[in-house]
Amino acid sequence: MTSPPFRPRDWSSHPSFIDPRADGYRSSALRGPTKPLVPIRQSLSELTGPVYGHDSVGELDADLTRNGRRNGEPLGERIVVTGRVLDEDGRPQANTLIEVWQANAAGRYIHKVDQHDAPVDPNFFGGGRCITDSAGRYRFHSIKPGAYPWGNHPNAWRPNHIHFSLFGPAFATRLVTQMYFPGDPLLKLDPIFTGIPETARDRLVAEFSIDVTEADFALGYVFDIVLRGRAITPMED
Amino acid sequence: MGLKQTPSQTVGPFFAYGLTPEQYGYELDSIADGAVSDDRTAGTPIRIEGCVFDGRGDVVCDAMIEIWQADAQGRYAHPGDPRGSNADFTGFGRQGTGTDPQSRFRFETVKPGSTGDGNAPHVNLIVFARGLPSHAFTRIYFADEAAANATDPVLSQVPAERRDTLIAQLADSPGSAVYRFDIHLQGDAETVFFDV
Repeated sequence: MTSPPFRPRDWSSHPSFIDPRADGYRSSALRGPTKPLVPIRQSLSELTGPVYGHDSVGELDADLTRNGRRNGEPLGERIVVTGRVLDEDGRPQANTLIEVWQANAAGRYIHKVDQHDAPVDPNFFGGGRCITDSAGRYRFHSIKPGAYPWGNHPNAWRPNHIHFSLFGPAFATRLVTQMYFPGDPLLKLDPIFTGIPETARDRLVAEFSIDVTEADFALGYVFDIVLRGRAITPMED
Repeated sequence: MGLKQTPSQTVGPFFAYGLTPEQYGYELDSIADGAVSDDRTAGTPIRIEGCVFDGRGDVVCDAMIEIWQADAQGRYAHPGDPRGSNADFTGFGRQGTGTDPQSRFRFETVKPGSTGDGNAPHVNLIVFARGLPSHAFTRIYFADEAAANATDPVLSQVPAERRDTLIAQLADSPGSAVYRFDIHLQGDAETVFFDV
């Protein structure tokens, strides 16, 4: 029995391929497709996708405060980020792989082409992954990433953010996004964030939670992620 | 339907140590790479390679390509495929375009079989890149499957003059089957992207 198709990508929630604003996300101008997408009926090709299980996540993969240590602890504010991966109908997306990557506390990526003149932290790598549990819940520890400058326009700075990559149940539900932090004054100045339709932007801003905060250890943030749901509600067994 | 989709954001320029770490020489295991098949995989070994071009015709050296395909018998390694999957072949590959001197992506795989229902053999592909706020879906079809391509239900929805953008061409390479598939994000030869 083939699964029902997924609802379409909701383009009132996602940024357009080419940022139309004069002061927008500049590099989209030469990279975003210009012709209309061709709609296709979903087949097995879209309704299936790579399957990753708990065996694809190593012991320290979900703890970025430990997985890059060489001779000590990474510098910066320790955080714990948790949330649920759901579909549009609120169904938990269990056993789905989440990959994360981010800058260190000083706003420097370990990536070799990052030229920002801020210190690399020898004890922080900045990449990791985790798998959602049966309730769709994930959790990882990290260091709060710093802001960093980029070349989009004069004095452009990216707000603090963590990159997220998710599979969901099929190739059609694939999502790459970024999580931001509440109260960041750079958010309203960031063309990548403001390229999202206004009503959808807040969905990428995590909530601070004192309940998730771990006493004497790490500040807690909650970030729920919603993937495409099924166009037809499947019959429950 | 009560919840709204989480917005997409660009993969950015610094994805490599998180998503394609081994390919770029970082100390984290990769969950997938350009080697989709190995010596034991049943089917015809092929290589698919190509470049991503921007609207100026310049090669994009910080894109990430993911492919998802059926095995040689047309079966997907997923519980949603009722025919049962081939445990030895995941069918998933991921490559950045930043390590090859010509900024190519390269996948070593096997030629997929037809998934049935009149579908021509194809590979599903997603392009991610700095400058792409949302990812783009396309498909790779094979030039030497002209008869199957002619009746494929997806290709037939593509305007005839744009179908060639989805056809990988067999390169002249003795001893192995190499298909060339370039992706043009814009321009006269803009690749067809799908609203999946």
